Amino acid sequence: MNSFDSNPATNSLISSEADSQRTLYPYVTGTSVVGIKYKDGILLAADMGGSYGSTLRYKSVERLKPVGKHSLIGASGEISDFQEIMRYLDDLILSDNMWDDGNSLGPKEVHNYLTRVMYNRRNKFNPLWNSLVLGGVKNGQKYLGTVSMIGVHYEDNHVATGFGNHLARPLLRDEWRENLTFEEGVILLEKCMRVLLYRDRSAVNKLQIAKITEEGVTISPPYSLKTFWNFSAFENPTHGAEGSW
Amino acid sequence: MSSIGTGYDLSVTTFSPDGRVFQIEYAAKAVDNSGTVVGIKCKDGIVLGVEKLITSKMMLPGSNRRIHAVHRHSGMAVAGLAADGRQIVARAKSEATNYESVYGEPIPVKELAERVASYVHLCTLYWWLRPFGSGVILGGYDRDGPQLYMVEPSGVSYRYFGAAIGKGRQAAKTEIEKLKLSEMTCRQGVIEVAKIIYGVHDEAKDKAFELEMSWVCDESNRQHQKVPDDILEEAKAAAKAALEEMDAD
Repeated sequence: MNSFDSNPATNSLISSEADSQRTLYPYVTGTSVVGIKYKDGILLAADMGGSYGSTLRYKSVERLKPVGKHSLIGASGEISDFQEIMRYLDDLILSDNMWDDGNSLGPKEVHNYLTRVMYNRRNKFNPLWNSLVLGGVKNGQKYLGTVSMIGVHYEDNHVATGFGNHLARPLLRDEWRENLTFEEGVILLEKCMRVLLYRDRSAVNKLQIAKITEEGVTISPPYSLKTFWNFSAFENPTHGAEGSW
Repeated sequence: MSSIGTGYDLSVTTFSPDGRVFQIEYAAKAVDNSGTVVGIKCKDGIVLGVEKLITSKMMLPGSNRRIHAVHRHSGMAVAGLAADGRQIVARAKSEATNYESVYGEPIPVKELAERVASYVHLCTLYWWLRPFGSGVILGGYDRDGPQLYMVEPSGVSYRYFGAAIGKGRQAAKTEIEKLKLSEMTCRQGVIEVAKIIYGVHDEAKDKAFELEMSWVCDESNRQHQKVPDDILEEAKAAAKAALEEMDAD
């Protein structure tokens, strides 16, 4: 199933061909993903930008995808690596379905699988350059976790990747509470995404919000947030800054 | 019926003077002695059914699956040596995932049947391999609609609208020929397959059996899945009723 080992170039640790295939830096990247638990399940938000360095090159990249019946994944980082991860997950879910035994992989299992994949790739010095958010509901149990490109993984009531950790999490620490309704959850996420839009250079104003409940997955069509740029502080942003005039 | 090969049957790489390869014919016998497997192509999909003979009262119902999903859109019912059948299924699964990863679309059923047949045939070409002692009925639903193929241990594969292998195949084929498959939906097909299998089951020779059925149809969203329990029970009840009617005559 895994054609990784059949390729001689990636097999040996010593061969020089292998070096040219290791991931050194990402090319097309997605920015933050923010996720929260709410009353009926999980809400994830991510914008649709794919940056090529500092250029906002692609503006319709879907970074939130369903996985099987019970999970949702959101990815930031290298988009091509995310596509590869989706391929692995498709194979995983297909094999799981073909057992046809009434069981299906839940979010906890998928999160664990992703952790193993990310950590093992990191140990080979050939990481999948992504930070992933994995959320889902199975048998009434809500689950929200994250994995980074080096295999660091944890679960929490609210998670974020990249800039989201610095800008969104503090907001969530203050304002998240148990059993938010769907509307309250969306308002909270939009608040986080708006801050990210203002402050993260790689954010674009086109986002999707995805929800997963026991019933299934719904990913909203793309929409944009209302912004206000006429704050007086924005008029002369460097006024009073060190070294400015 | 059982012709003695006398020396021409020792290896799969030996032809007899009358142009037969006895080892392949003996492999087919393994299939002929197994429980009946039936497949039909209805208007909107495929139904596969297996007469799973229960060898021990200790066996859990629902174990020892004879019908396997090969991919989302296709499934395979095996007859003959179970372990050989498992290998064929494993190969089919691998061909299906490989095709999808190379070409980006689910493997067309025709292509899958060709690949499976060519693999089964491969094992009849070398003296150091033995032929598979199992035959397979493969059903799938792709862009060209539902299709049914049968692969025999010799490696031949044909497309069918109704196929049967195993002990009760003659009787089963007769029954299938009576059906108007082109006008039948899979819902009705499930009941017909159940009736056929209950009908060909020989109560005297083999005691207990479990009916295993699966389908790929518009109703199942063109995905291969076990026939849902309620429909299965309905079919079993109809089959048992039909049997009693026949006995009463």
